[in-house]
Amino acid sequence: MQITDLVIIGAGPAGMAAAATAANVGLHVILLDEQPRPGGQIYRDVDRVAPVRGEMLGKDYTDGLSLTAGLDHGNITHISGAVVWAIEEGIRVLYTADGRGGAIEAKRILIATGALERPMPLPGWTLPGVMTAGAAQILLKQSGVLSKNAVLVGSGPLLYLIASQMIRAGTSPLALVETQTQADLLRALPHLGGALRGWRYLLKGLTMLSEIRRAGVRRYTSATNILIEGETAAEDIRFTADGKTRHIPCDTVLLHHGVVPNTQAARSIDVAHHWDARQHCFVPNLDDWGGTNVETVHIAGDGAGIGGAKVAALAGRLAALKMAADLGAISTIERDDTAKPIRRSIAQELAVRPFLDKAFPPAIEATKPVDATIICRCEEITAGDIRRHAGIGCAGPNQAKAFSRAGMGPCQGRYCGLTVSNLLAEANSATMDETGYYRIRPPLKPVTLGELAEMGGSVNSATN
Amino acid sequence: MKTASSFLELEERRRLVPVWFEGGELQLPEGSNLAAAMLAAGVGTFRYTPVSGAPRAPFCMMGACFDCLVDVDGVTRQACMLEVTEGLRLSMPRKGRNVIDADN
Amino acid sequence: METDFAIIGGGVVGLSVAWGLLKRGKRVVVLDGGDGSFRASRGNFGLVWVQSKGIKQPRYAAWSQQSAAAWAGFADELSDATGHDMSLEQTGGYDLHFSGETLTKTVAQYEELKAKLDGNYPYDVLDRKALLTEEPEIGPKVVGAILHHQDGHVNPLKLLRSLADDVRRLGGRVLNEKTVTDVRKSDVFTISCADGSHVQADKVILSAGLGAMELGPKLGFKAPIRPQRGQVMITEKLPKIINRPSLIARQVDEGGVQIGATNEEVGLNDGVTQPGLSGLASEAVAAYPVLAKAQLVRSWGALRILSPDGLPIYQESPEMTGAFLVTCHSGITLAAAHARFLPDWLEGTNVAPNLEVFSEDRFVIS
Repeated sequence: MQITDLVIIGAGPAGMAAAATAANVGLHVILLDEQPRPGGQIYRDVDRVAPVRGEMLGKDYTDGLSLTAGLDHGNITHISGAVVWAIEEGIRVLYTADGRGGAIEAKRILIATGALERPMPLPGWTLPGVMTAGAAQILLKQSGVLSKNAVLVGSGPLLYLIASQMIRAGTSPLALVETQTQADLLRALPHLGGALRGWRYLLKGLTMLSEIRRAGVRRYTSATNILIEGETAAEDIRFTADGKTRHIPCDTVLLHHGVVPNTQAARSIDVAHHWDARQHCFVPNLDDWGGTNVETVHIAGDGAGIGGAKVAALAGRLAALKMAADLGAISTIERDDTAKPIRRSIAQELAVRPFLDKAFPPAIEATKPVDATIICRCEEITAGDIRRHAGIGCAGPNQAKAFSRAGMGPCQGRYCGLTVSNLLAEANSATMDETGYYRIRPPLKPVTLGELAEMGGSVNSATN
Repeated sequence: MKTASSFLELEERRRLVPVWFEGGELQLPEGSNLAAAMLAAGVGTFRYTPVSGAPRAPFCMMGACFDCLVDVDGVTRQACMLEVTEGLRLSMPRKGRNVIDADN
Repeated sequence: METDFAIIGGGVVGLSVAWGLLKRGKRVVVLDGGDGSFRASRGNFGLVWVQSKGIKQPRYAAWSQQSAAAWAGFADELSDATGHDMSLEQTGGYDLHFSGETLTKTVAQYEELKAKLDGNYPYDVLDRKALLTEEPEIGPKVVGAILHHQDGHVNPLKLLRSLADDVRRLGGRVLNEKTVTDVRKSDVFTISCADGSHVQADKVILSAGLGAMELGPKLGFKAPIRPQRGQVMITEKLPKIINRPSLIARQVDEGGVQIGATNEEVGLNDGVTQPGLSGLASEAVAAYPVLAKAQLVRSWGALRILSPDGLPIYQESPEMTGAFLVTCHSGITLAAAHARFLPDWLEGTNVAPNLEVFSEDRFVIS
């Protein structure tokens, strides 16, 4: 068992910023991350990639270099390739790395596990060739791999970013099939005032849109009846737009309609969550510093609610300050003084969010899919299965999981949880908070029985 | 082994090393992300599901969806969480269709 | 709302009894808990099991045997009604042994029980070699096993779902998300729920698992039950590697290997722990070494509902005639008995099973 002041789970912007902040005031930090190199998804592999493709990926990506540089500190131990599978008693983190189990006991834990793509169950979404837009980003950033014949589907600025990066790389997407409507934009307009405070983001969006237009990439909006077809892989996509049925042959379909907090680790230790109606996702109940109902555990970054990379780094610093003060490394006065400008920056960065949330809402046909659509990729359970189980008494997702197997596969419900809760809430005429979410248990990620056995234990512990 | 890939790989100077998948040899860039390298090399199907036998390939590329599972030395692992090493021997997970065959 | 029988608890025990009563034309209302209630029905190991039960009380062994024998017919009837198979397999099960000493001792106990059951206790002792021909993946540390031919297993979640489905189909009314706060009796029983709703019934069955700890005394029962935690885990789907179930591991119909279970006195805590899971993993890998490379995908803690001697309790309330306590920790094994035979006991017919040894009279409150 290793002992330290602070364990941080996740080396994305929140985790890296928190590590540097905590280390600078004297805390000993162990930073655990699944990837071989730091950066998270947004700055994936930035140290190695920035010199190779930094220009194409833009400043928003290369900005990550300043965060990775902050990890070069004597107080920080970065354990890469470390997969956290359990958190116990709010102070113990269990992980595997290189096929061996490890355990760390810490005074404080920061969960900085980021976001996941919002599940987008459309007919055909399990076919090879269908990926998340985030996956396309990761392929491009880390590996320099791009799809040659791709259609981008869904809603949100990430689609425009990917499209513009593909155009710059010389492989324009075939089309953008967007689900947001003119009515969504009208609903978003009252929030434009706030958004103008975050004018840099709006300007960036407009620049990308004109880049897409100049490249001659066709955009369809208000798309409905989206269907991905193919025998053993995606071959084409069908949809309705402007009252016409469209059909585009393609090799790759990239799905995106927003990202949602990855709440698996927090839920596994009973951190309370609530439904955020504006962001259409569950978020943890947090105080001003990212503190949870588990006293020793804080959460920062997109896992605390979607704010993007800049907000994540700022929130990581805030949480680190709070924990440093709790542990006596700094005074509360120093904590509060340092926090003030950080809070101002966060407010500035978040100004654009209400506009984006309204303008690019989740695609309804993917949050409430038709009966035949697979919603649990692992166990291949359909939306109809869940609706039928609501009819035999499933008020919440845990009974539905027992009845249907949805959420029982290796992904632990990461890509079906929100859909199952949505379907049950609709079928039972209940709110999302009444319906709830899967109870998440270890292992957060699969661990082999061999690794587990080597950690030592007993089947008859009288107390524990 | 299928070589026509629907993916384009931007020039990166890395040494190509042999990796075996389902008995066929692939030449993949050493140290690169395994799932990405397999896609770029034209691998279309990574596995067949143990439930229905449906083909699957990488979906999330960030270790969350478990669709890119491959068998490495008898252990099911996520290809998107591995790096290419010389001589790596991969197969589709041993589960899958044989479970269904055994049951029916 | 009025009914013949109100059943408090919509797990496998309550639904099995409800199903049996509905088949006899009774009107039944089931009051079930919420999505997050403690539910042994969702967390159990899925064995339909005879061996090792009732070593000290042959009547329990016989009751388990009677249920195991009725299981196939019960499963067929449920499957025909719902269109869902429950993956029942009753081709025997193992008690695996890592030492000759424990094996010999267990055989001696079984022989004693067998004599009390008039010889109806069909089992074979398999040495390592014989076991290997049945279970090729068995590990070198296993010296032998007892193969009991009346043992088997079922998919307990499919059982729960089929009961939930068919009870409704048969006209049973199942009320979800109910917390029963009080039960009173005048001419009829009035059951009050936390949400302000009431149910009136001629008879009441308390089959609320651990909920009976609190509700039991209100109905005049001793209900001396306690939770005992069992941690259980399951692997990714694997090709067939285990033929028959054992108390250590069984391969479920979907392909995963389920491994269980710890025995822990930790109160109402249904969590899992690294030492618990590691202990289970060690035992499973010792039994089937091939499992060392299998990925664990899920684990959970479930709370057994244990009486002081581990046997079921079937008791009519001495204070409120018409109120019955039905509780056990083997709701899966006993599901067929609860569906087929318990209704006779509840109605006091002349073919009612003799369940005297399972009454609360056996517990002296000190």
